[in-house]
Amino acid sequence: MSIFDYFRNGKKDTASIAKERLQIIVAHERNQRSQPDYLPKLQQELLDVIRKYVDVDQDQVEVQLDNNGNCSVLELNIVLPDR
Amino acid sequence: MAKIIVVTSGKGGVGKTTTSAAISSGIAMRGHKTAVIDFDIGLRNLDIIMNCERRVVYDFVNVINGEANLRQALIKDKRAENLYILPASQTRDKDALSVEGVERVLKELADDGFEYIICDSPAGIEHGAFMAMYFADMAIVVANPEVSSVRDSDRILGILQSKSRRAEQGERVEECLLLTRYNPERVEKGEMLGVKDVEEILATKLLGVIPESETVLKASNQGIPVIHDKESPAGQAYSDAVARILGEEVEHRFMSVEQKGLFQRLFRRSA
Ligand SMILES: Nc1ncnc2c1ncn2[C@@H]1O[C@H](COP(=O)(O)OP(=O)(O)OP(=O)(O)O)[C@@H](O)[C@H]1O
Ligand SMILES: [Mg+2]
Repeated sequence: MSIFDYFRNGKKDTASIAKERLQIIVAHERNQRSQPDYLPKLQQELLDVIRKYVDVDQDQVEVQLDNNGNCSVLELNIVLPDR
Repeated sequence: MAKIIVVTSGKGGVGKTTTSAAISSGIAMRGHKTAVIDFDIGLRNLDIIMNCERRVVYDFVNVINGEANLRQALIKDKRAENLYILPASQTRDKDALSVEGVERVLKELADDGFEYIICDSPAGIEHGAFMAMYFADMAIVVANPEVSSVRDSDRILGILQSKSRRAEQGERVEECLLLTRYNPERVEKGEMLGVKDVEEILATKLLGVIPESETVLKASNQGIPVIHDKESPAGQAYSDAVARILGEEVEHRFMSVEQKGLFQRLFRRSA
Protein backbone atom coordinates (compact mmCIF):
# COMPACT_ATOMS: atom_id res chain seq x y z
CA MET A 1 0.00 0.00 0.00
CA SER A 2 1.40 3.42 -0.90
CA ILE A 3 1.22 6.60 1.16
CA PHE A 4 -1.44 7.70 -1.28
CA ASP A 5 -3.62 4.71 -0.36
CA TYR A 6 -3.05 5.47 3.28
CA PHE A 7 -4.66 8.86 2.97
CA ARG A 8 -7.41 7.56 0.76
CA ASN A 9 -8.57 4.74 3.02
CA GLY A 10 -7.23 5.99 6.33
CA LYS A 11 -6.06 2.39 6.85
CA LYS A 12 -2.73 1.38 8.33
CA ASP A 13 -0.26 -0.47 6.20
CA THR A 14 0.19 -4.13 7.07
CA ALA A 15 3.79 -3.71 8.23
CA SER A 16 2.64 -1.31 10.97
CA ILE A 17 -0.01 -3.79 12.05
CA ALA A 18 2.68 -6.50 12.17
CA LYS A 19 4.90 -4.31 14.32
CA GLU A 20 2.14 -3.51 16.80
CA ARG A 21 1.15 -7.16 17.12
CA LEU A 22 4.76 -8.14 17.67
CA GLN A 23 5.33 -5.51 20.33
CA ILE A 24 2.36 -6.80 22.30
CA ILE A 25 3.11 -10.51 21.99
CA VAL A 26 6.83 -10.10 22.70
CA ALA A 27 6.17 -7.97 25.79
CA HIS A 28 3.67 -10.55 27.04
CA GLU A 29 6.00 -13.50 26.46
CA ARG A 30 8.98 -11.76 28.06
CA ASN A 31 6.87 -11.12 31.13
CA GLN A 32 5.90 -14.80 31.29
CA ARG A 33 9.52 -15.83 30.91
CA SER A 34 10.51 -13.92 34.02
CA GLN A 35 7.79 -15.61 36.05
CA PRO A 36 8.89 -18.38 38.41
CA ASP A 37 8.39 -21.97 37.20
CA TYR A 38 5.96 -22.81 39.99
CA LEU A 39 3.37 -20.29 38.83
CA PRO A 40 1.33 -22.54 36.49
CA LYS A 41 1.15 -25.23 39.19
CA LEU A 42 0.20 -22.67 41.81
CA GLN A 43 -2.53 -21.42 39.49
CA GLN A 44 -3.86 -24.96 38.99
CA GLU A 45 -3.91 -25.74 42.70
CA LEU A 46 -5.62 -22.45 43.55
CA LEU A 47 -8.22 -23.23 40.93
CA ASP A 48 -8.82 -26.67 42.46
CA VAL A 49 -9.39 -25.12 45.89
CA ILE A 50 -11.73 -22.45 44.56
CA ARG A 51 -13.70 -25.03 42.63
CA LYS A 52 -14.57 -26.79 45.87
CA TYR A 53 -16.74 -23.80 46.66
CA VAL A 54 -17.61 -22.05 43.42
CA ASP A 55 -17.92 -23.31 39.87
CA VAL A 56 -15.38 -21.25 37.92
CA ASP A 57 -13.81 -21.83 34.55
CA GLN A 58 -10.10 -22.41 33.97
CA ASP A 59 -9.69 -19.09 32.19
CA GLN A 60 -11.47 -17.15 34.92
CA VAL A 61 -8.49 -17.33 37.24
CA GLU A 62 -5.50 -15.10 36.59
CA VAL A 63 -2.33 -15.25 38.62
CA GLN A 64 0.38 -12.67 38.19
CA LEU A 65 3.60 -11.97 40.02
CA ASP A 66 4.91 -8.42 39.81
CA ASN A 67 8.32 -7.42 41.03
CA ASN A 68 8.60 -3.89 42.36
CA GLY A 69 12.15 -3.36 43.52
CA ASN A 70 12.63 -5.39 46.68
CA CYS A 71 9.06 -6.61 47.10
CA SER A 72 6.93 -8.88 44.95
CA VAL A 73 3.16 -8.76 44.67
CA LEU A 74 1.19 -11.89 43.88
CA GLU A 75 -2.02 -10.78 42.25
CA LEU A 76 -4.94 -13.16 42.09
CA ASN A 77 -7.89 -12.28 39.91
CA ILE A 78 -10.95 -14.53 39.94
CA VAL A 79 -14.11 -13.84 38.02
CA LEU A 80 -17.07 -15.52 39.74
CA PRO A 81 -19.96 -16.69 37.58
CA ASP A 82 -23.27 -14.80 37.50
CA ARG A 83 -25.88 -16.09 39.87
CA MET B 1 40.78 -21.04 21.82
CA ALA B 2 38.11 -21.77 19.27
CA LYS B 3 35.13 -19.46 18.93
CA ILE B 4 31.87 -21.41 18.85
CA ILE B 5 29.10 -19.74 16.85
CA VAL B 6 25.57 -21.13 16.72
CA VAL B 7 23.25 -20.24 13.83
CA THR B 8 19.76 -20.53 15.27
CA SER B 9 16.21 -19.22 14.78
CA GLY B 10 13.41 -21.16 16.41
CA LYS B 11 11.28 -21.02 13.29
CA GLY B 12 12.10 -23.40 10.44
CA GLY B 13 13.10 -22.53 6.90
CA VAL B 14 14.33 -19.00 7.58
CA GLY B 15 17.84 -19.52 6.20
CA LYS B 16 20.00 -21.09 8.95
CA THR B 17 21.69 -23.67 6.74
CA THR B 18 22.19 -21.17 3.92
CA THR B 19 23.77 -18.84 6.49
CA SER B 20 25.93 -21.54 8.14
CA ALA B 21 27.34 -22.55 4.75
CA ALA B 22 28.00 -18.95 3.69
CA ILE B 23 29.49 -17.74 6.98
CA SER B 24 31.72 -20.78 7.51
CA SER B 25 33.00 -20.55 3.92
CA GLY B 26 33.60 -16.82 4.30
CA ILE B 27 35.53 -17.15 7.56
CA ALA B 28 37.64 -19.97 6.12
CA MET B 29 38.39 -17.95 2.96
CA ARG B 30 39.72 -15.22 5.24
CA GLY B 31 42.35 -17.68 6.39
CA HIS B 32 40.88 -19.13 9.58
CA LYS B 33 40.69 -22.86 10.16
CA THR B 34 36.95 -23.46 10.41
CA ALA B 35 34.60 -26.36 11.05
CA VAL B 36 30.88 -26.33 10.33
CA ILE B 37 28.72 -28.89 12.14
CA ASP B 38 25.23 -29.97 11.08
CA PHE B 39 23.15 -30.45 14.25
CA ASP B 40 19.99 -31.32 12.31
CA ILE B 41 20.01 -35.01 13.22
CA GLY B 42 17.75 -37.05 10.97
CA LEU B 43 17.37 -34.25 8.43
CA ARG B 44 20.84 -33.43 7.25
CA ASN B 45 21.00 -30.73 4.59
CA LEU B 46 24.25 -28.91 5.03
CA ASP B 47 26.05 -31.59 2.99
CA ILE B 48 23.80 -30.77 0.02
CA ILE B 49 24.32 -27.01 0.30
CA MET B 50 28.10 -27.60 0.53
CA ASN B 51 28.08 -30.19 -2.26
CA CYS B 52 29.74 -32.96 -0.25
CA GLU B 53 26.80 -35.36 0.08
CA ARG B 54 28.55 -38.10 -1.87
CA ARG B 55 31.62 -37.90 0.34
CA VAL B 56 29.85 -38.57 3.65
CA VAL B 57 31.13 -41.77 5.23
CA TYR B 58 30.96 -41.14 8.95
CA ASP B 59 28.96 -38.49 10.77
CA PHE B 60 28.66 -36.48 13.99
CA VAL B 61 26.81 -39.24 15.87
CA ASN B 62 29.38 -41.87 14.79
CA VAL B 63 32.08 -39.68 16.35
CA ILE B 64 30.10 -39.17 19.55
CA ASN B 65 29.49 -42.92 19.84
CA GLY B 66 33.15 -43.70 19.21
CA GLU B 67 32.37 -45.57 15.95
CA ALA B 68 34.72 -43.26 14.04
CA ASN B 69 37.27 -40.67 14.98
CA LEU B 70 36.96 -37.02 14.15
CA ARG B 71 39.54 -37.14 11.36
CA GLN B 72 37.58 -39.87 9.58
CA ALA B 73 34.32 -37.97 9.81
CA LEU B 74 35.48 -34.45 8.87
CA ILE B 75 35.06 -33.68 5.17
CA LYS B 76 37.49 -31.20 3.67
CA ASP B 77 35.72 -28.58 1.58
CA LYS B 78 36.72 -28.52 -2.09
CA ARG B 79 36.39 -24.73 -2.42
CA ALA B 80 37.61 -23.11 0.77
CA GLU B 81 41.08 -24.13 1.84
CA ASN B 82 40.59 -24.10 5.63
CA LEU B 83 37.06 -25.45 5.86
CA TYR B 84 35.88 -28.81 7.18
CA ILE B 85 32.33 -30.14 7.39
CA LEU B 86 30.99 -32.50 10.05
CA PRO B 87 27.74 -33.92 8.67
CA ALA B 88 24.69 -34.85 10.74
CA SER B 89 23.60 -38.45 10.82
CA GLN B 90 20.37 -39.65 9.29
CA THR B 91 19.43 -41.68 12.37
CA ARG B 92 15.93 -41.20 13.64
CA ASP B 93 17.08 -41.12 17.25
CA LYS B 94 16.98 -37.40 17.94
CA ASP B 95 18.51 -37.84 21.38
CA ALA B 96 21.71 -39.28 19.91
CA LEU B 97 23.49 -36.07 20.88
CA SER B 98 24.54 -35.87 24.53
CA VAL B 99 25.95 -32.84 26.32
CA GLU B 100 29.14 -34.77 27.14
CA GLY B 101 29.46 -36.09 23.58
CA VAL B 102 29.04 -32.69 21.98
CA GLU B 103 31.45 -31.12 24.45
CA ARG B 104 34.07 -33.77 23.67
CA VAL B 105 33.84 -33.19 19.91
CA LEU B 106 34.03 -29.40 20.31
CA LYS B 107 37.04 -29.71 22.58
CA GLU B 108 38.78 -32.05 20.17
CA LEU B 109 38.23 -29.57 17.33
CA ALA B 110 39.63 -26.74 19.44
CA ASP B 111 42.67 -28.85 20.40
CA ASP B 112 43.15 -29.59 16.73
CA GLY B 113 43.65 -25.90 16.00
CA PHE B 114 40.22 -24.98 14.70
CA GLU B 115 39.64 -21.26 15.26
CA TYR B 116 35.95 -21.08 14.44
CA ILE B 117 33.26 -23.73 14.90
CA ILE B 118 29.90 -22.96 13.29
CA CYS B 119 26.92 -24.95 14.58
CA ASP B 120 23.97 -25.17 12.17
CA SER B 121 20.96 -25.60 14.47
CA PRO B 122 17.79 -27.48 13.57
CA ALA B 123 14.49 -25.57 13.81
CA GLY B 124 12.46 -25.64 17.00
CA ILE B 125 13.44 -25.43 20.65
CA GLU B 126 13.87 -29.15 21.27
CA HIS B 127 16.92 -31.22 22.13
CA GLY B 128 18.83 -30.71 18.85
CA ALA B 129 18.44 -26.93 18.91
CA PHE B 130 19.44 -26.91 22.57
CA MET B 131 22.56 -28.99 21.89
CA ALA B 132 23.57 -26.65 19.05
CA MET B 133 23.37 -23.55 21.24
CA TYR B 134 24.49 -24.85 24.62
CA PHE B 135 28.24 -24.31 24.20
CA ALA B 136 28.03 -21.19 22.02
CA ASP B 137 30.19 -18.12 22.58
CA MET B 138 28.26 -16.24 19.94
CA ALA B 139 24.76 -16.70 18.51
CA ILE B 140 23.61 -15.58 15.09
CA VAL B 141 19.83 -15.39 15.36
CA VAL B 142 18.43 -15.67 11.85
CA ALA B 143 15.04 -14.04 11.30
CA ASN B 144 12.83 -13.18 8.36
CA PRO B 145 10.87 -9.89 8.43
CA GLU B 146 7.69 -11.63 9.44
CA VAL B 147 5.67 -11.76 12.70
CA SER B 148 6.06 -15.45 13.55
CA SER B 149 9.78 -15.52 12.77
CA VAL B 150 10.55 -12.43 14.90
CA ARG B 151 8.49 -13.80 17.76
CA ASP B 152 10.40 -17.11 17.64
CA SER B 153 13.69 -15.20 17.56
CA ASP B 154 12.71 -13.49 20.78
CA ARG B 155 12.03 -16.86 22.39
CA ILE B 156 15.41 -18.17 21.25
CA LEU B 157 17.09 -15.08 22.70
CA GLY B 158 15.34 -15.83 25.99
CA ILE B 159 16.63 -19.41 25.95
CA LEU B 160 20.18 -18.28 25.14
CA GLN B 161 20.01 -15.91 28.11
CA SER B 162 18.83 -18.55 30.56
CA LYS B 163 19.77 -22.06 29.39
CA SER B 164 23.13 -21.80 27.62
CA ARG B 165 26.30 -22.78 29.44
CA ARG B 166 27.46 -19.19 29.44
CA ALA B 167 24.18 -18.15 31.07
CA GLU B 168 24.60 -20.88 33.69
CA GLN B 169 28.05 -19.48 34.46
CA GLY B 170 26.65 -15.97 34.80
CA GLU B 171 28.07 -14.83 31.47
CA ARG B 172 26.38 -13.79 28.27
CA VAL B 173 26.38 -15.31 24.83
CA GLU B 174 27.27 -12.61 22.29
CA GLU B 175 23.96 -12.37 20.44
CA CYS B 176 23.39 -10.79 17.07
CA LEU B 177 20.57 -10.59 14.57
CA LEU B 178 20.78 -11.55 10.92
CA LEU B 179 17.71 -10.47 8.99
CA THR B 180 17.41 -12.56 5.84
CA ARG B 181 15.11 -12.67 2.81
CA TYR B 182 14.76 -8.91 3.09
CA ASN B 183 12.91 -7.07 0.38
CA PRO B 184 13.46 -3.26 0.55
CA GLU B 185 10.77 -2.60 -2.10
CA ARG B 186 8.12 -4.30 0.01
CA VAL B 187 9.36 -2.54 3.14
CA GLU B 188 9.01 0.79 1.36
CA LYS B 189 5.45 -0.09 0.33
CA GLY B 190 4.58 -0.88 3.94
CA GLU B 191 4.11 -4.57 3.16
CA MET B 192 7.06 -5.88 5.15
CA LEU B 193 8.59 -5.17 8.55
CA GLY B 194 11.64 -2.93 8.22
CA VAL B 195 15.04 -3.68 9.70
CA LYS B 196 14.67 -0.82 12.24
CA ASP B 197 11.35 -2.28 13.44
CA VAL B 198 12.84 -5.73 13.98
CA GLU B 199 15.94 -4.31 15.68
CA GLU B 200 13.76 -2.25 17.98
CA ILE B 201 11.54 -5.18 18.94
CA LEU B 202 14.36 -7.64 19.56
CA ALA B 203 16.81 -5.07 21.01
CA THR B 204 19.69 -7.06 19.58
CA LYS B 205 22.78 -5.91 17.69
CA LEU B 206 22.40 -6.20 13.91
CA LEU B 207 24.96 -8.43 12.22
CA GLY B 208 23.56 -7.85 8.77
CA VAL B 209 20.67 -7.80 6.34
CA ILE B 210 20.63 -10.44 3.60
CA PRO B 211 18.35 -9.45 0.74
CA GLU B 212 15.89 -11.88 -0.81
CA SER B 213 17.74 -13.06 -3.89
CA GLU B 214 17.29 -15.54 -6.69
CA THR B 215 20.98 -16.33 -6.49
CA VAL B 216 20.43 -18.24 -3.22
CA LEU B 217 18.38 -20.94 -4.92
CA LYS B 218 20.79 -21.07 -7.85
CA ALA B 219 23.64 -21.54 -5.40
CA SER B 220 21.86 -24.32 -3.54
CA ASN B 221 20.94 -26.04 -6.81
CA GLN B 222 24.64 -26.35 -7.55
CA GLY B 223 25.91 -26.90 -4.02
CA ILE B 224 28.01 -23.74 -4.01
CA PRO B 225 27.55 -21.59 -0.88
CA VAL B 226 26.19 -18.25 -2.11
CA ILE B 227 29.13 -16.30 -0.63
CA HIS B 228 31.25 -17.59 -3.54
CA ASP B 229 28.99 -15.67 -5.94
CA LYS B 230 30.72 -12.28 -5.85
CA GLU B 231 28.08 -10.66 -8.06
CA SER B 232 25.17 -11.71 -5.91
CA PRO B 233 23.76 -9.15 -3.46
CA ALA B 234 23.12 -11.98 -0.96
CA GLY B 235 26.71 -13.19 -1.39
CA GLN B 236 28.05 -9.68 -0.84
CA ALA B 237 25.85 -9.19 2.20
CA TYR B 238 27.19 -12.43 3.68
CA SER B 239 30.78 -11.27 3.00
CA ASP B 240 30.05 -8.08 4.93
CA ALA B 241 28.62 -10.12 7.81
CA VAL B 242 31.78 -12.26 7.89
CA ALA B 243 33.93 -9.13 8.07
CA ARG B 244 31.85 -7.91 11.02
CA ILE B 245 32.23 -11.28 12.79
CA LEU B 246 35.99 -10.87 12.36
CA GLY B 247 35.74 -7.49 14.08
CA GLU B 248 35.75 -5.10 11.12
CA GLU B 249 33.42 -2.15 10.87
CA VAL B 250 31.51 -2.40 7.63
CA GLU B 251 28.61 -0.16 6.74
CA HIS B 252 25.27 -1.90 6.24
CA ARG B 253 24.04 -2.28 2.67
CA PHE B 254 21.02 -3.69 0.82
CA MET B 255 18.59 -2.09 3.25
CA SER B 256 17.04 0.46 0.92
CA VAL B 257 15.64 0.49 -2.60
CA GLU B 258 18.02 3.11 -4.09
CA GLN B 259 21.08 1.03 -3.37
CA LYS B 260 19.59 -2.08 -4.83
CA GLY B 261 18.59 -0.14 -7.92
CA LEU B 262 22.15 1.00 -8.37
CA PHE B 263 23.46 -2.52 -8.04
CA GLN B 264 20.96 -3.82 -10.52
CA ARG B 265 22.07 -1.19 -12.99
CA LEU B 266 25.69 -2.12 -12.47
CA PHE B 267 24.90 -5.77 -13.04
CA ARG B 268 22.93 -5.09 -16.15
CA ARG B 269 25.87 -3.16 -17.52
CA SER B 270 28.37 -5.88 -16.69
CA ALA B 271 26.14 -8.73 -17.81
N1 LIG C 1 18.30 -14.55 1.05
C1 LIG C 1 17.51 -15.47 0.48
N2 LIG C 1 16.87 -15.24 -0.68
C2 LIG C 1 16.08 -16.16 -1.24
N3 LIG C 1 15.87 -17.39 -0.75
C3 LIG C 1 16.47 -17.72 0.41
C4 LIG C 1 17.32 -16.79 1.09
N4 LIG C 1 17.79 -17.40 2.22
C5 LIG C 1 17.26 -18.63 2.23
N5 LIG C 1 16.46 -18.85 1.15
C6 LIG C 1 15.72 -20.08 0.82
O1 LIG C 1 14.93 -20.43 1.92
C7 LIG C 1 14.83 -21.84 2.03
C8 LIG C 1 15.21 -22.30 3.43
O2 LIG C 1 16.59 -22.03 3.65
P1 LIG C 1 17.46 -22.91 4.65
O3 LIG C 1 17.40 -24.33 4.31
O4 LIG C 1 18.80 -22.27 4.73
O5 LIG C 1 16.65 -22.64 6.00
P2 LIG C 1 16.83 -23.35 7.41
O6 LIG C 1 16.52 -22.30 8.42
O7 LIG C 1 18.13 -24.03 7.50
O8 LIG C 1 15.66 -24.44 7.37
P3 LIG C 1 15.41 -25.62 8.45
O9 LIG C 1 14.75 -24.95 9.61
O10 LIG C 1 14.52 -26.56 7.73
O11 LIG C 1 16.75 -26.19 8.80
C9 LIG C 1 15.72 -22.43 0.95
O12 LIG C 1 14.93 -22.81 -0.14
C10 LIG C 1 16.63 -21.27 0.58
O13 LIG C 1 17.04 -21.36 -0.76
MG1 LIG D 1 18.62 -26.07 8.07
